[in-house]
Amino acid sequence: MAAKTLTINGQQVTAEEGATVLQVARDAKINIPTLCHLDGMKDVGACRLCIVEVVGTPKLLPACTTVIAEGMEIKTESDRLRKYRKMTLELLFAERNHVCAVCVANGHCELQTLAYEQGVDHVRYDYLFPKWGVDTTHERFGMDHNRCILCSRCVRACVEIEGAATKSIAGRGAKSKIISDLNEPWGEADSCTSCGKCVQSCPTGALFNKGSTVAEMEHDRSHLDYVVTAREKKLWVTHA
Amino acid sequence: MQLDELKAIAEKKKASAKKVCLRTCLSAGCISSQSDVLHKNLATEVKAAGLENDVEVRRVGCMGFCGQGPLVGVDHKEGKEELFEFVKPDDAKAIVSHLKGGACDVQKGDPQHPFFAKQVKIVRANGGIVDPENIEDYLAIGGYQALHHALTEMNSESIIDTITKSGLRGRGGAGFPSGIKWGTVAKSPGAKKYVVCNGDEGDPGAFMDRSVLESDPHLVLEGMAIAAHAVGADQGFLYVRAEYPLAISRLQIAIKQAKALGLLGSGIFETPFNFNVDIRIGAGAFVCGEETALLASIEGERGMPRPRPPFPAVKGLWGCPTLLNNVETFANISAIINKGADWYASFGTEKSKGTKVFALTGKIKNNGLIEVPMGIPLRQIVEEMGGGAPDGHSVKSVQTGGPSGGCIPAEHLDTPVDYESLGKLGSIMGSGGMVVMDDTTNMVEIAKFYMEFCMDESCGKCIPCRAGTVQMFHLLEKITQRKATKRDLDKLEELCDMVKNTSLCGLGQTAPNPIQSTLRFFRSEYEALLQPDATGAPVGANGTAKAH
Amino acid sequence: MSATLSHPNPGNAKYDRVMKVAAGDKRFKILEVTMKKNQFRHDSLIEVLHKAQELFGYLEDDLLRFVAYKLKLPPSRVYGVATFYHFFSLKPQGKHTCVVCMGTACYVKGADKVVEALQNKLKVKSGETTPDGNVSLLTARCIGACGIAPAVTYDGQVSPKQTPEQALEKIGQWLQPA
Repeated sequence: MAAKTLTINGQQVTAEEGATVLQVARDAKINIPTLCHLDGMKDVGACRLCIVEVVGTPKLLPACTTVIAEGMEIKTESDRLRKYRKMTLELLFAERNHVCAVCVANGHCELQTLAYEQGVDHVRYDYLFPKWGVDTTHERFGMDHNRCILCSRCVRACVEIEGAATKSIAGRGAKSKIISDLNEPWGEADSCTSCGKCVQSCPTGALFNKGSTVAEMEHDRSHLDYVVTAREKKLWVTHA
Repeated sequence: MQLDELKAIAEKKKASAKKVCLRTCLSAGCISSQSDVLHKNLATEVKAAGLENDVEVRRVGCMGFCGQGPLVGVDHKEGKEELFEFVKPDDAKAIVSHLKGGACDVQKGDPQHPFFAKQVKIVRANGGIVDPENIEDYLAIGGYQALHHALTEMNSESIIDTITKSGLRGRGGAGFPSGIKWGTVAKSPGAKKYVVCNGDEGDPGAFMDRSVLESDPHLVLEGMAIAAHAVGADQGFLYVRAEYPLAISRLQIAIKQAKALGLLGSGIFETPFNFNVDIRIGAGAFVCGEETALLASIEGERGMPRPRPPFPAVKGLWGCPTLLNNVETFANISAIINKGADWYASFGTEKSKGTKVFALTGKIKNNGLIEVPMGIPLRQIVEEMGGGAPDGHSVKSVQTGGPSGGCIPAEHLDTPVDYESLGKLGSIMGSGGMVVMDDTTNMVEIAKFYMEFCMDESCGKCIPCRAGTVQMFHLLEKITQRKATKRDLDKLEELCDMVKNTSLCGLGQTAPNPIQSTLRFFRSEYEALLQPDATGAPVGANGTAKAH
Repeated sequence: MSATLSHPNPGNAKYDRVMKVAAGDKRFKILEVTMKKNQFRHDSLIEVLHKAQELFGYLEDDLLRFVAYKLKLPPSRVYGVATFYHFFSLKPQGKHTCVVCMGTACYVKGADKVVEALQNKLKVKSGETTPDGNVSLLTARCIGACGIAPAVTYDGQVSPKQTPEQALEKIGQWLQPA
């Protein structure tokens, strides 16, 4: 593989051809905020938080799906990018009912962490207060659609990693909803293997272990990357 | 099939021409006014009058002047042309007796009306003239000879070179140079390649592609076949929206007829070139007009766009290089091959070559489809061809580009219609919808109308488009209900900028255009609806933070 | 996209129920012929759903399940696709349908007034069916009949240049007791 040299925020970095801007930045310890990205699954470029500026390109590009090229000059921080990221987060907070104080994931929520990080101190848009339900029919897990940000990480975990394809998105636009099988109560979806990968992948408190109360739900998001790459990285102890 | 056989069919068809040809428009618009019954009645009356040997009763596609429909054209062999407007099924008898010299009180139209006279027809040259359900009609006017020429006299390079030199740009809206796109697909490595025709004409107020598909389906098929030869594809897909059942059925007939004559299928014109076309029917999702969403839909998935690059030209259908062009783009190809790049480039402006079909609708006297050279001043279209606003009103604005476009105010009517000039005014060429608005139109309501459209049609994948369009619509609603303040308007403008710059696909990136363009030219209409800021009031009713 | 790991087989309660329903209804046979024509390819899903809606009028759950089982696709994907496209209806339509085109050309020529009049008369919102299942009132995004705006489709027949009065008269014929 040929190596490519580029600069990120003025810092010169070298990486393998085919790598994404996000991978290269993270290797160089440069933080780019993400929500829909999760190590171990395909990137979809949906949350738009990882947008970066590339010199010579008029459009902002998502770091997670943009492949590096020789001589690229990338800026991951600017007033404009900060403003857009903040607005994106504000839009999410206004879209559904994210009330951190009573959320199972309070303190362990990627959305909440990002809001702190990006300095979202208030939301300027009117809260829409949609009425979404909570599905607790599964024996071990629950889904609170009010906390869902439609990042599709659970769907990808279910389809790409577990291969069960229990989860999908139904409807479209703001009315999109994560479903189980034929929009059935989760507990009745017979394709579900109860593996819990969707729960581990969730960035917010939308998917949780049953029985967790406020601030108790800690997702082990690295679990998925482990499942996918453990064999390749020989992460287990072999007994000869 | 060889060229001489093709020419023999054409000659035979031409030789069998009768003294008079009665052309009835059987496009979706005129059929809604019972032109199908009229067509049958005309055939019956001609038979009853014993004129079968002299008069051909022909089913044709759209003649363009839809607002005056149903239309019946009468061609006399010696060259005289007549036109009847607003023809009812019962008028058949009168028209036939008119052919025998009798009196006729059916409203006569003027085939030399500026609406027709100002047009330059390349794409719509055969529309309203050939029977779309009879391939022989298409062959009689030289159909499929361009394909023969391309297959036997030209190679990939020379075809792409011709298209590049012609200056043809994608007619779907963005105006990407077609030659470059074709070249990219041709160069992309891959054993399997596809050609896809985008017939998912979703812009409200646009029906150019429907008309082309309903009136002249072979023209599009021939263009696709030439493209396939140029880029090295052997399979094509024609994606047509489900709202166009007549276009779908005519395409099905056309494909069957072309296959029967060996003009589609294997070993076309006894060359090694194979090309098959399958129709894919949309199911009511505007976003599928976006190219990556359209490809997802052809693959049987939810029509969700994905980030580009990689572009479909490199990685498209099932990961293979895919050439994706709009109906009108393909409809230009055979004329360019037949008459040459220089001929085509002689129409239009420096950067926008050729002609463009527009659907001229809304508050305008003459409604219908027109094809005009690029660069024609908007005023000529609206005032001379369209006849201005009806009922004594004046034209206030012309909307081009649908939900992705903008409103051009009356004071800019002298703008030439080309990609760059419309872009400078904050609008776009778009696919060709041109909706005229008169002085009774409320521009804030129009912006809200488009925003509601984008909100409903957003696929929901990316946050700026999914949640941003909802908030923009919400703010517009507040403004129209006179509940908004200056701060809300500021928020709206800020959102427009953000959604435009951060959305994943074209739908979101252009969704703010109708607001931005109406704000640019009709800002006072927004401001008139604003309420004064209450001093010391918080920014919004719910302006407190919850992220704590 | 991949198929599910464990595809339902005889013995699965839902599978058995759906197949039992299908066995007693000829339309499922016709639908299966369509799938066969498409070699049960995954990318034929939208074509198959079109055919299913044509045969049954709307897409109810067991019908979607049947499609999923036969095409060997996850039910979640079939449901996801069926709900993404607005042409597909998961609820039964009324005996009559009235579709008002709300494209731009129709809108600026008063299609909104037509919808308003119909909503008031039928006492349903657009997208709904009257409680007696007689009339479904729908709006379309643009049917491409802009030259004859505003256009309204009554039971599949497009009518040009409609006024609220004409629309009310037309649906009045449907509302009369038979």
